[in-house]
Amino acid sequence: MAAPAVLLLLVFLIVPVVLGFVLSFTNARLISPEPTSFTGFDNFVRAFTADPTFFRSVLNTFAFAAVVVPVQAGLGLVLAILVNQKIRGAVAFRVIFFIPVVTSIVVVSILWKFLYQPDGLINSFLDSITFGAWQGTAWLNNPSTALTAIIVLSVWQAVGFHMLIWLSGLQTIPGELYEAARIDGAGPWRQFRDVTWPCLRPTRVFVLITITIAALGLFVQIDVMTQGGPVDSTSTLVYHAVRMGYRQQQIGYGSALSLVFFVLVLIVALVQRVLTREKD
Amino acid sequence: MAVDMGERVLRRRRRLWIYLAMTGLAVFFLFPLVFMFVSSLKPDGQILSDVGGWRAFLPVGDISLGNYSGVFDRVPVGRFLLNSLFVTTVVVVAGLVVNSMAGFAISRMRWTGRGLVLSVVIATLIVPFETIAVPMVYWVTRLPTLVFENGWIAYDIGWLDSYEVQIIPFIANGFSVFLFAQYFSTIPAAIDEAARIDGAGWFTIYRRIAVPLSGPAFATVAILTFLPAWNQYLWPSMVVQDEDLRPVMVGMQYFFQENTAWGEVMAYTSMITLPVLVVFLAFQRAFVSSVAASGVKG
Repeated sequence: MAAPAVLLLLVFLIVPVVLGFVLSFTNARLISPEPTSFTGFDNFVRAFTADPTFFRSVLNTFAFAAVVVPVQAGLGLVLAILVNQKIRGAVAFRVIFFIPVVTSIVVVSILWKFLYQPDGLINSFLDSITFGAWQGTAWLNNPSTALTAIIVLSVWQAVGFHMLIWLSGLQTIPGELYEAARIDGAGPWRQFRDVTWPCLRPTRVFVLITITIAALGLFVQIDVMTQGGPVDSTSTLVYHAVRMGYRQQQIGYGSALSLVFFVLVLIVALVQRVLTREKD
Repeated sequence: MAVDMGERVLRRRRRLWIYLAMTGLAVFFLFPLVFMFVSSLKPDGQILSDVGGWRAFLPVGDISLGNYSGVFDRVPVGRFLLNSLFVTTVVVVAGLVVNSMAGFAISRMRWTGRGLVLSVVIATLIVPFETIAVPMVYWVTRLPTLVFENGWIAYDIGWLDSYEVQIIPFIANGFSVFLFAQYFSTIPAAIDEAARIDGAGWFTIYRRIAVPLSGPAFATVAILTFLPAWNQYLWPSMVVQDEDLRPVMVGMQYFFQENTAWGEVMAYTSMITLPVLVVFLAFQRAFVSSVAASGVKG
């Protein structure tokens, strides 16, 4: 009875993984008059020595992840603690914070592109709270603000998901622990530091790892909003792999770049294993 | 008494701060969407002139559904919606069948290779789709397919521009198999044995016992597979060029690239966001517990 699923996973997951590995060492193109041939490590040599956009894309990907991971995890935890309070209306707020998650990231990217326009909502808002001192800027056309602008909307869209993961972690902490802490005279901060934080260890690992892997795979926002520009300031690893592998039809090179991304993900997954092992 | 009073004031003040913080955050999470829905009802000139103040968030002025009919006049958005609906439905329903059967076989039946299959299924969980997207394009252009031509079945190569290329690769899902296997393993084994003694085959046990007892698992998997299927973007943008087969998200990106009439763009985005939002609000409890279930990996 497992046969259909196993067959499908084999054909559409395992074969593509192996194929991607093999193609990385070839000059395969999507449509080519010449037969594909093995080129050894040429694709990787090209990526690391002769492709400045690749280098820039890796840097941007790391910069994006370095900001998004702590901000999204931290804000998610704050939201989870807020909606976990036993007060009226907490469920309604939980629903509101989760709404962006069920909104398609394509929709979100288009919507925020409008908000970020020179005459868009965000500039108008800054203009009115600074009483006209704000001159307005084209957030997405400026190499020094474009990536930050994308970070804001990415966190806005995804943080509700991690709020719920944190929340399910919070709800596994037995109430007696807090009672005991309160009897010992611990205030809210001590309770958080000595009860909540240590108890959330497994959740913490999961949240950090899933955000990291998702952040390293940044693609849709870039494709819809900036196409990697201006001057490569928002190009990312996956975006560059798709641009080379699909749009320029250099399947071999695109596969090699995807493989670099996969190795990064494997390293993160390995770190997760080590971190969860320690606990036992 | 004095201490009690002090504590009550303190608690009330704390609660006030929590409400203030949550309201501020709610504004942050809602303002773009409110702006989107409201702007979809306004003509372009008014959207831009309203942007400076509160009117940007209020359905006031020259309100109409003109932008919506404009979208329908320009692109076959009805067709895009049907395509996405069809692809999503088949991916979710076929996924429920195929993955629950695999989960059942892994958790309840004893067979050689079971351990290997389970570890392969778990290994697939760490492969993000982005890592295989490029080689997968190459792969599907070389897969065989059957086509109907003048009443005859013919053999062809390449899956580009079809429904199957949007559906079949996404039916089997390692995480769904894993969730089903976990859920089925909570059903007491004694039930299987009793049914076996009564002469029931494995498929009967699956269909008559395991499936009816596992409603929550089916709901969770349906919700977790529905959203990514509806939101598919990277894959169809690479393998579907034919407008008749285009799903909503890709259709919207094309529309957005060719169009700077913001009112119509907002009408398009509102149109494909509203149905999902309504489903979410109707089943928000189920959504929440599904997401919580997806955290079990950790």
